[in-house]
Amino acid sequence: MVLTTPFHPRLSELNETGLYGHWAGYLSALRYQYSAKNEYFGIRNAAAVFDASPLYKYWIRGRDAQKFLEGLMSRDVRTCKPGRAQYTIWCDDNGHVLEDGVLFRHAPDEFLLTAARPNLGFLQDQVRRLNVEVIDASDDFGVLALQGPRSREILTPLVPEVAELSFFGMTPAKIAGHSVTISRTGFTGDLGYEVMVPAESAIPVLDAILESGAPHHLRPFGEEALGMARIEAGLPLIDVDFSSSRFAYNDDQRFSAWELGFGWTLRGIDDDSRVFTGRRALLRERDENTSRWSTVGISIAQTDYRALHEEHGVVPYMDEIPVDWHTMLYENSDWVRAGYATSLMYSPLMQRHIGLARVRPHLAEPGTIVHVEQTINHEYFTVPATVVPLPFFNPERKVSMA
Amino acid sequence: MSEGNQYDAIVVGGGHNGLTAGAYLAKDGLRTLILEQRHLVGGAAITEELRPGFQFTTFSYGLSLLRPEVIQELELVKFGFMPLEMPTTFCPMENGDYLLMGPDHDANLREIARHSPRDADATERYDHDISRVMQYVKPLFDRMPPNLFSGDPEDKAEITWLLQHLGSGDKKVVHDTVRLLTGSIADFLDDYFESDVIKGHLASSGIIGTKVGPMSQGSGLVYLLLAVGEHDGNIGSWSFHKGGNGGVTQVIGRAAEAYGAEIRLNSRVNHVLVDNGRATGVVLDDGTEFHAPVVISALDPRHTFLELVDSRELPNDLVEAVERYRFQGTASKVNFALDAAPRFPALGDRTDQYRGFINIGPSIEYLERAFDQGKYGWYSDRPYLDCCIQSFLDPDMAPPGKHVMSCFTMYTPYELKGSDWETERENLGDAAQRTLASFFPGFDDLVLQREVVTPLDIERITGLSEGNIYGGEYLAPQTWIFRPAPGYTDYRTPIEGYYQGGSGTHPGGCVSGGPGRFVSQQVLKDRRT
Repeated sequence: MVLTTPFHPRLSELNETGLYGHWAGYLSALRYQYSAKNEYFGIRNAAAVFDASPLYKYWIRGRDAQKFLEGLMSRDVRTCKPGRAQYTIWCDDNGHVLEDGVLFRHAPDEFLLTAARPNLGFLQDQVRRLNVEVIDASDDFGVLALQGPRSREILTPLVPEVAELSFFGMTPAKIAGHSVTISRTGFTGDLGYEVMVPAESAIPVLDAILESGAPHHLRPFGEEALGMARIEAGLPLIDVDFSSSRFAYNDDQRFSAWELGFGWTLRGIDDDSRVFTGRRALLRERDENTSRWSTVGISIAQTDYRALHEEHGVVPYMDEIPVDWHTMLYENSDWVRAGYATSLMYSPLMQRHIGLARVRPHLAEPGTIVHVEQTINHEYFTVPATVVPLPFFNPERKVSMA
Repeated sequence: MSEGNQYDAIVVGGGHNGLTAGAYLAKDGLRTLILEQRHLVGGAAITEELRPGFQFTTFSYGLSLLRPEVIQELELVKFGFMPLEMPTTFCPMENGDYLLMGPDHDANLREIARHSPRDADATERYDHDISRVMQYVKPLFDRMPPNLFSGDPEDKAEITWLLQHLGSGDKKVVHDTVRLLTGSIADFLDDYFESDVIKGHLASSGIIGTKVGPMSQGSGLVYLLLAVGEHDGNIGSWSFHKGGNGGVTQVIGRAAEAYGAEIRLNSRVNHVLVDNGRATGVVLDDGTEFHAPVVISALDPRHTFLELVDSRELPNDLVEAVERYRFQGTASKVNFALDAAPRFPALGDRTDQYRGFINIGPSIEYLERAFDQGKYGWYSDRPYLDCCIQSFLDPDMAPPGKHVMSCFTMYTPYELKGSDWETERENLGDAAQRTLASFFPGFDDLVLQREVVTPLDIERITGLSEGNIYGGEYLAPQTWIFRPAPGYTDYRTPIEGYYQGGSGTHPGGCVSGGPGRFVSQQVLKDRRT
């Protein structure tokens, strides 16, 4: 039977649609009201909560916990001090990305990792001879993401420490008398926080947040609105924009950290004091310049998009729900392949079609024009798009302290 | 000799391979006669109404390995082919808990995590690794094995292809393949899993129909054979044909007849007529002769080479290899007509767990202990059971509210030490029923009728030597390029015009149709040259 999250008893009361998907074996709301766009604007203009409880969660504890993660994670965990969180990825020996997740460092020898896929066996196998314990805590906590420009105002009355949290900072706190961990993290690219709460305290903590948020138009949002916000934020999603190299059948289905745009997580890769899985291959790829792809943003020329559709007697559609297939990109009108968009949507905020894409490295320079395949009246056409840097949307409030 | 007894090709045996071969030949325009000893076609793939309204799948009971090529090329759908999905596998445990696997990936991971959270992601890695091994070995399964020893240009070309294919494998995939081909399924599973019930569930596929335990070398190979199967492209999954496996053979039989083959029932072939090293026809037990330049034996190698023809017509190395060829059937069937669905206490009145196989093999140790008795010539007092309540899959199988339950039962060696199957038949039935009752309290009260089919019964009724369900053990020295004997794997025989195409040839057992297809291809090729 499909499971329900610790917040489900309350959030299901707020779900006007009854529409749910399945996420990691849990019911997960697609949207709470009939307009996903309305929820999306909740994230961008007020505040909204998302139930991220189905994430897998693992405690990584012990004397060698940091050493363990230093060797496993591509990003240098030594830069993540206690009381901080860190987005990270991990790779195989060829530097191909396995998965991504967020590390929360609770203490010098205690981390909590959240991930989209189950990893307990993998992590335990990686321990080898180190003094580290990996413990599954997936069902122990509810995770509530409170995102949007008003999120700080909503949380501060409940937890004054929140005012002091910097981007990716975290703190233990109490809400309605219940112990929680609050971090300034999220998957929307906006100001936002995540509240990790023991499953049994989930409802009173949620109620307190909902109550505090009522004057600020706080509303729940579902997977569809999250999917829109994360594309604008330039955040790739596993099993949509890429999939684990562990489950690939050939190298065409695998991507290195460089190729996926995760190069920024490799800061310090030249520092020989840290050996991590995939390092040598990643260094070689960089030094020999052998990356096959670059991950970029693309922004479709809206005037051309409109004209192309109108020319063929079709009303141009502007759908904010991302298409669920990969869209082919071409270098020129001779159908020479340039790459493909892995996520593509109409952004209501940017007022244009935007996408996350992989293009051949020589086409990655911002300003380069690529041609996006469009099917109109059952025929193939292309429409020009400009390569742009990611993220598309990066408000100052995401990282600012006030 | 009357004109009516003259054919282009005669197929001995109306099991699924014989019907398949006959259908292909008839489709190609050959005047084809299929001879079946019994009153119905199907061989070991039959469905019988042993009690009014209750359909028993006497022997074989599931569908997975039937080659997609056979379904497509013979257009079986036109003749009523309908494989029903078996979406679940239910594994009751001795402590009253269970493992219930279904079609939803995430739900399965959660169900596995209930037994071991670390086995959840291990399952993803395991499934992927197995599917890559399948990708690597399946082309071998679906090609005629080359004769390594012939020097024939065609064989040489095939060997070149083979070396190229084997050499193209990924390092890990090659190693995993070799580990499965040569090792035990228990060792392989230990690398991934810690939960007994998950290992028991997976290891069961490594012992089916074979005299190996999950800890024996050789169980990896049996696992591979069963994993090659598919249902609608899903590797390793099973389906249930409408009407049971008797339904499948009826479909292939209808196809054969529609393409022009003649099927003659109650016609046991006594021997093949051989004239100066050439097959010329067959003689039935009643003396009736049929003549054809092509005779295909779809029986097992013992019948094909030692009984249907005079072994003096054959080279000694072949005769010796076939004499040595191991059958040693070790599986039985215990089939039930039930008054109602069995009840599994932990699931209350739920019955959705019965939409697929019920695997009574809750741990590797359970399976290996069952094997211990089989190894020394006795049947397991707590046998491994692969069950299916088929009336949950197809309402035609039993009257409304009533059920038929098929239980594949191991280990039950053909040769019992100090007794015989006439004496022990019902004791075996009791052991199986007792085992079921220990998982499903009150099971005994549901039983309306019980049918026990021992290896001896399988041999007597279907002709499969020593009751081996694969037409010969699926052990490395008698598979692929050695099936049924080194140098005799091209479906021809040393007797010109005499061919072999039963389950004792590559790709071997289960209801695959592979041998029937390959032998017909070889016959048609030889006619053209």
